[in-house]
Amino acid sequence: MKLYLKFDFNKIAKVALEKELEKLNINYRAIAFGEIEITDTLSQEAFAVFQENINEIGIEVVENQKSILVQKIKDVIIEMVNQPEGVNVKSSVYLAEKLNHSYGYISNLFSEVTYTSIENFIIIQKIEITKQLIIENDLSLTEIAYKLNYSSVAHLSTQFKNLTGITPSAFQRIITKRREIANNTI
Amino acid sequence: MTDEFTHVILADDDQDDRDFFTEAFQELKINTKVNVFQDGQELMNYLLQPDSILPHILFLDLNMPIKSGIECLHEIKKEERLKDIAIAIYSTSASDEDIERTFVSGANIYIKKPNDFAKLKKVLSDVVTMNWQYHTSGLNKENFFLKL
Repeated sequence: MKLYLKFDFNKIAKVALEKELEKLNINYRAIAFGEIEITDTLSQEAFAVFQENINEIGIEVVENQKSILVQKIKDVIIEMVNQPEGVNVKSSVYLAEKLNHSYGYISNLFSEVTYTSIENFIIIQKIEITKQLIIENDLSLTEIAYKLNYSSVAHLSTQFKNLTGITPSAFQRIITKRREIANNTI
Repeated sequence: MTDEFTHVILADDDQDDRDFFTEAFQELKINTKVNVFQDGQELMNYLLQPDSILPHILFLDLNMPIKSGIECLHEIKKEERLKDIAIAIYSTSASDEDIERTFVSGANIYIKKPNDFAKLKKVLSDVVTMNWQYHTSGLNKENFFLKL
């Protein structure tokens, strides 16, 4: 007997992928074809098993070299802004040394992949730390500015407002009110 | 961001605003997929389907017939499946207090509709870029506020 078959490749790949994910009890949400978002934090071992399993059925995780380096740049920046003493060299020098590439190369690559500059990313990170410290409520804004190496509290406030569009005190009000509402509904 | 795209949805009852919005995204160099809805009810009907594709950012006009942006916002925040979508309020000017109230209700972004096209493109590009940072850099989404 000879049969003629017609394949829906998208569907085959999707079903196969779903089976593999379910086999390992990985929670995920399908976003689009060729892209899945895993909602669990997978251990390296679990990820390796998953990768091996899907390789066997002809599916491969695309790891773009550029994306990997960008992730490294981000990691170094985050580590840098989180150092309690700050770093005593310029961030461009620090990044170039840590990553073994010229700053020009790092900086162009970063902008190309993320559509934002390294400088801007550093500011985003510092403002995120500021937000976290405001929420923790242990330090005044002046103390936060000092801790994050800002020349003045005004400089920090301005940068906060420029980036987020709201002032640090508006941020604090919003967070406080959100908490009140959350507490009232429980 | 190179080989990925950002999925955005806009709910706005004004045809012109919808067109400008879609056009602005087409002209940006960022990969986006844009869906539009004409009012809040139509939007919610879509989102509440269990298999709906959820956007990375949802833009809500405040003044819409049948169901306003604020009503949508409150409903979305009550739905387990929808509550983590980044919400951008996209509206004509409002007082600072009104804006703060939308943030308290769970909005992440407040955009005053710009009246020229170049500015609109800039604003939308800023929103997508910033949202992307929250999406990819492990930042705390609870603290994501942006007013433009």
